[in-house]
Amino acid sequence: MLGPVIAGLWGTVLPAFGQLPSAGLHGPSLDPFRDLFGWSGLFDAARLSVATGLIATALSLGIVALISASWAGTDAFRALERLLSPLLSVPHAAAAFGLAFLIAPSGWIARLLSPVLTGWERPPDILIVQDPLGLAMIAGLVVKEVPFLLLMTIAAMGQAQPRRSLLVAQSLGYGRVTGWLKTVFPRVYNQIRLPVYVVIAYSMSVVDVAVILGPTTPPTLSVQIVKWMSDPDLSMRLTGAAAALLQLALVIGTLCFWWLGERLIARVGNYWIMSGRRGQLDAPVRVFSLLLGSISALAVFFGLASLLVWSFAAFWSFPNVLPDGFTMRTWTRHGPDAFTTLGETFLIAGIAVLLALALVLGCLEAEHRRGRPLSRRGLWMLYLPLLVPQTAFLPGLQTLLLSIGADVGRIPVILAHLVFVLPYVFLSLGDPWRSWDTRNAIVAGALGARPWAIFWRVRAPMLLRPILIATAVGVAVSVGQYLPTLLIGGGRVSTLTTEAVALASGGDRRAIGVYGLVQTLAALVPFTLALIIPAILWRNRRSLHE
Amino acid sequence: MKYLAMVAALAAPTFAFANPDPADWDAVTSEANGQTVYWNAWGGSTTTNDFISWVGDRVMEDYGVTLEHVKLTDTADAVTRVLSEKQAGENDDGAIDMIWINGSNFAAMKDAELLFGPFAEQLPNWDVVDSEGKTVQTDFTVPVEGYESPWAMAQVVFVHNTATMPDTLGSMDALLEWAQANPGRFSYPQPPDFLGTTFLKQALVDILDDPSVLQVAATDENYDEVTAPLWAYLDALSPQLWREGRAYPATGTAMFPLIADGELDLSISFSPGAASTAIANFELPDTVRTFVLDDGTIGNASFVAIPYNSGSAAGAMVVANFLMSPEAQARAQDPNVLGYGTVLNMAALTADDRALFDALELGIATLSPAELGSVQAEPHPSWMTRIADDWADRYGAGQ
Repeated sequence: MLGPVIAGLWGTVLPAFGQLPSAGLHGPSLDPFRDLFGWSGLFDAARLSVATGLIATALSLGIVALISASWAGTDAFRALERLLSPLLSVPHAAAAFGLAFLIAPSGWIARLLSPVLTGWERPPDILIVQDPLGLAMIAGLVVKEVPFLLLMTIAAMGQAQPRRSLLVAQSLGYGRVTGWLKTVFPRVYNQIRLPVYVVIAYSMSVVDVAVILGPTTPPTLSVQIVKWMSDPDLSMRLTGAAAALLQLALVIGTLCFWWLGERLIARVGNYWIMSGRRGQLDAPVRVFSLLLGSISALAVFFGLASLLVWSFAAFWSFPNVLPDGFTMRTWTRHGPDAFTTLGETFLIAGIAVLLALALVLGCLEAEHRRGRPLSRRGLWMLYLPLLVPQTAFLPGLQTLLLSIGADVGRIPVILAHLVFVLPYVFLSLGDPWRSWDTRNAIVAGALGARPWAIFWRVRAPMLLRPILIATAVGVAVSVGQYLPTLLIGGGRVSTLTTEAVALASGGDRRAIGVYGLVQTLAALVPFTLALIIPAILWRNRRSLHE
Repeated sequence: MKYLAMVAALAAPTFAFANPDPADWDAVTSEANGQTVYWNAWGGSTTTNDFISWVGDRVMEDYGVTLEHVKLTDTADAVTRVLSEKQAGENDDGAIDMIWINGSNFAAMKDAELLFGPFAEQLPNWDVVDSEGKTVQTDFTVPVEGYESPWAMAQVVFVHNTATMPDTLGSMDALLEWAQANPGRFSYPQPPDFLGTTFLKQALVDILDDPSVLQVAATDENYDEVTAPLWAYLDALSPQLWREGRAYPATGTAMFPLIADGELDLSISFSPGAASTAIANFELPDTVRTFVLDDGTIGNASFVAIPYNSGSAAGAMVVANFLMSPEAQARAQDPNVLGYGTVLNMAALTADDRALFDALELGIATLSPAELGSVQAEPHPSWMTRIADDWADRYGAGQ
């Protein structure tokens, strides 16, 4: 995974210091940085990137921790889990469109209340979507990261044995929430740390959500980088490359800041745990967390519902809650193309995920047999593609592929997807896999099973749920890839995401509805299977359910 | 001699492959048969996408050319792609065979010698193109010289919802007055979106007493003075815009839902027939109409160009030629399909071909050619790049 990132970064560093021979530009020079720092929007764009990354991550993690603390192990939690997990698969762009239409001044919520409650005959001129603070964008990221972190938490909890700790804590008089936060959360957080880091890096450099919900005067740094990188004035690519390096530095800096925050909270948390306070706020916290979780789930749910209504809508204007009429026209026009593209999307995702699974399982099993886990440095290398902003190394990677003649078509795209799918699969699977109780292997070995038999007949079945979740995550990641598909495929490979984002600039909500829904479907099906299959297979093995 | 002949023999096929001769049309069509043309064109408009798909069906039928539409969000992506290929030494079979291109992207590619050609004026259908009356031989004042071929005419029109804004406006000053009386009801796409920059150009052309200064490249000496009235105008207009100018729609078509919802009363379009098409498509209310300014509005042509490293240049020329055919042009002008203006000279057409155009119903929101009035020329691209940069500094980033 190191190769593509390093090669891509090299392709970024050279132009950042003025070296772009094909455009007749020769370095080294610091002019690109001078131009970058001369851009009037730089401070706001950088502030937006850092603020949205930190706030979105902190909010998402906070919501997930509160929900898990309040409800883990209850029926309400299982209901929420069932509600949230499919939402993980909803592509970011589709969720962002849905959310935009919900909260805009002319959106569904305003339509429901108007004109009776608000008196608005026309939508009010208020800046909600694309606000300068990026609040709408943060909301869009939170509703998508909550399901992701929650599923990571659920996968981690299977090995953290929360029930026993919680029982002990509760028998000592701790409230449910307090007891969970004090005994289970530190262990769970340790397992979901890298996913949290990835959420930070992702939120800071996301392009599609920022384009739809984020401010444009100025946009976030990553959106501006994409603009510079595609400017017909070639010297702007130098500024873009310099900005990409700045973006990288910001991500690294923010990760360090978060890491320091972890230390601080761990210290404060220790005092809190040692204080032995039993917690008084359990009841309101439980209600509050359920409310937050439900709002974030319902936002995506109703957003998707709005895409559905738009895809069948005839003329539909404010303040009507529903369209003047319904028509099949949009589906007959775009449906066939969308489903053809669905096939291509699945083909790419399927191959990339199978390759990733084979590599990850092989790697984890080798690790287990040698008894030598992947070093911390190795882990960071593996996660590098997720921690380095895509805008920083993909253009460079494209140049590399071109120079070896593998520039267009499906195979380079699949390999490019693998760069991003593999870490996510590893991320989903690594910790549950390692946390597996190896005494099971010892017992099986004592009963005469050979290593491969242990792998296939004991370990893989016991870890079926994390494996399936990892597969579903991989498919969703592949389905959602925009820049790698566009750049590495030379525009010749179109997936649902490239089609949807291309449509996005035009604002045809009906066509966006069709593509958004089909895109959601592409990622939703594997998730549903990942939740259903273990439940069916292990219906008579209760403790494998957790 | 033997050696030279051998080199010639070896080089000839490669040469012919890379550079089909546009003048030898039979050779072009026979080489095109079986080729696949990757046409990189903006994919944000579903009506355009459908039209391109129809073009694909027709060139397959007549010439055996497979047309693949690569849907771009920004034409500059294609320019970047060709440049990367040149950088990597991919000179024979690049990923792009044809680009829907215009203005500064064309100027940049022509400048960097990234284009195949000249070919446009050798295409058979060039004979029926209105090369005298329409601006098809310059693209934003840059001479085309056959490096791109035209396929549609565009002209600025203002789109208004007569249900909420019954009156038309005669000038940019009238627009400002109206905006001050009706704050929050007008917006334009955020530059550097092409329609956004077109609005800025339209404003400048209309405000200036003598816009002819814009026909030559901007200089450091005259730029500030010439553009000063534009900034004064925008300083007055911006706070009156939708969302007080703190956010802008992304593109022209992204303004349709805003008009439909009653957020905007007035917007701008570069396609005189787009409003009628959008009404038929449920995207705009049927109370929408269009108007032009008293002194006329800016117009230009849309072109297609072929990158220097296309492996299917012959196929691309066949598509470019088909786009200029009366059949394709009449279909593109149909408001139920696209509503784009034609590049053809009606007088040069046969009676049958002319009948195709006469039969068209232009749609309730589309102005007739007479009503569209005089077309004002596009300023030189150097003005636009500087104005777009300054706009970003003043209103787009550092406010």
